[in-house]
Amino acid sequence: MAVARFEHCIERCIDRYILRWLAAIFFVVTAGTAMAQAVLPVPVLDARVIDQTGTLDATTRQTLDAKLAAFEQKKGSQIVVLMVPTTQPEDIASYANRVASTWKIGRKEVGDGVLVIVAKDDRKMRIEVARTLEGAVPDLTAARIIDEQMKPRFRDNDFAGGIGAAVDQLVAIIGGEALPEVARSSTQRGARGGGFNWPELGIFLFFGVFAVGRMARSILGNKLGPIVTGLGAGVVAMVVTSSILLAVAAGFISLLFTLFSGALSLPSMGNGGRRGSAWGGAVGGGLGGGFGGGFGGGSSGGGGFGSGGGGSFGGGGASGGW
Amino acid sequence: MTQTMQRWLLILVATLSLSTLTGCGYNDFQKLDESSKSAWSEVLNQYQRRADLVPNIVASVKGQANFEQDTLTKVIEARAKATSIQVTPETLNNPEAFDKFQKAQGELSGALSRLMVVSEQYPQLQANQAFRDLRVTLEGTENRITVARNSYIKTVQEYNVLARSFPTNITAKIFSYPPKATFSVQNEAQISVPPTVDFGTPKK
Repeated sequence: MAVARFEHCIERCIDRYILRWLAAIFFVVTAGTAMAQAVLPVPVLDARVIDQTGTLDATTRQTLDAKLAAFEQKKGSQIVVLMVPTTQPEDIASYANRVASTWKIGRKEVGDGVLVIVAKDDRKMRIEVARTLEGAVPDLTAARIIDEQMKPRFRDNDFAGGIGAAVDQLVAIIGGEALPEVARSSTQRGARGGGFNWPELGIFLFFGVFAVGRMARSILGNKLGPIVTGLGAGVVAMVVTSSILLAVAAGFISLLFTLFSGALSLPSMGNGGRRGSAWGGAVGGGLGGGFGGGFGGGSSGGGGFGSGGGGSFGGGGASGGW
Repeated sequence: MTQTMQRWLLILVATLSLSTLTGCGYNDFQKLDESSKSAWSEVLNQYQRRADLVPNIVASVKGQANFEQDTLTKVIEARAKATSIQVTPETLNNPEAFDKFQKAQGELSGALSRLMVVSEQYPQLQANQAFRDLRVTLEGTENRITVARNSYIKTVQEYNVLARSFPTNITAKIFSYPPKATFSVQNEAQISVPPTVDFGTPKK
């Protein structure tokens, strides 16, 4: 009797212990996700002037956009204006830094970007300056632009005027700075090809063709499998490099590769064949990835606005309120 | 037959050793160790920038007649303490030294923010352009410190995950890459308590 009770007690203790732990884990996990969800998402960078509050009318936005585009054409530096209703729960400085670091505005090799951000309902604004431009637009200058150009106009609800004046000042200041010349091809390539790792793609293609070829062969048989794999590789190469010649080459090589490796990968096969197939795969992957990288960058470009992808933001700039 | 077997074995060993070489994360350790070091240098750089700024702030505040001496001395003391701590790359692997450094810098942060709050009570100081400039510079520096600390925390987190998870922890043991110390919230107990708002009669 006593033993049974004792056992029961122990059981309950363990149950409680486990329950408590589970509760703790649950709490931590939910708190973590809640915190992760709590901060605002970074908006999509699809224009030089992004207004989520609907304050600026279409013509104002177009004029501003044209002004900034012309400046980028001339000087290369990218300036983006973002208006949001609020940055809560973050303060404007950390929100601005997060947005700017995600967008990475500024030329690829130079990293000259400026983000002008206005949180309308918080009545706060900030000019976030990339590291490259911290010399041209020091914190004090940014603070002065905020105090002298934006603040008085924002107080009169003249948001278009305030932002326009601030942009004019920034353009004038950065325009006087000695920055590397605009190189047309480099900015275009930077806009599209940024962040794409070509060697990795080559390796991926190599292993991908190998794995997919195996699978396709076992499912579709010895003849249809390689053809499907070849077609697939061709399509992938086409999408990635947008060059028909390369796509055909990649498709043909992976077709041969799958055909060979399938025929030779049986346990009773000879050594020479195995080695040969591996070489074939390496050449196929190298061609598909390596050559694609060489040509792909040049063939794309144009259309819409994209970040240069070079801006690195270390918290420079100034904040203010009105 | 034996010859083919031997060849197979050779190929097997070669592929295995290759995969372990890339899979053990040795290169990742090199990369992350270096990036966390450079992130740490950036943190130090910004703290140094703040320490260099303090004498100017103190000088401009001293010009203000009857400024609260207590707040001022606290800033000067905190700065002396913060700059007296020698920081080497080894500090990162020594949690105690790291804590000491973090505490000293935290004290300076507290003293400086108190100074700024107190300075609000002096309209003459607020009207002084030099002081306002210093204030903006200090704000910018504090902001840069936050950004640098965040990026340090991120790189160290990546590094520590690698140093603790299997199988890369074995590499970490062999080549002695211990987990690194990172920043924590200093006033944890304080910020978990909701702020009390008192609309009663002002003190003094």
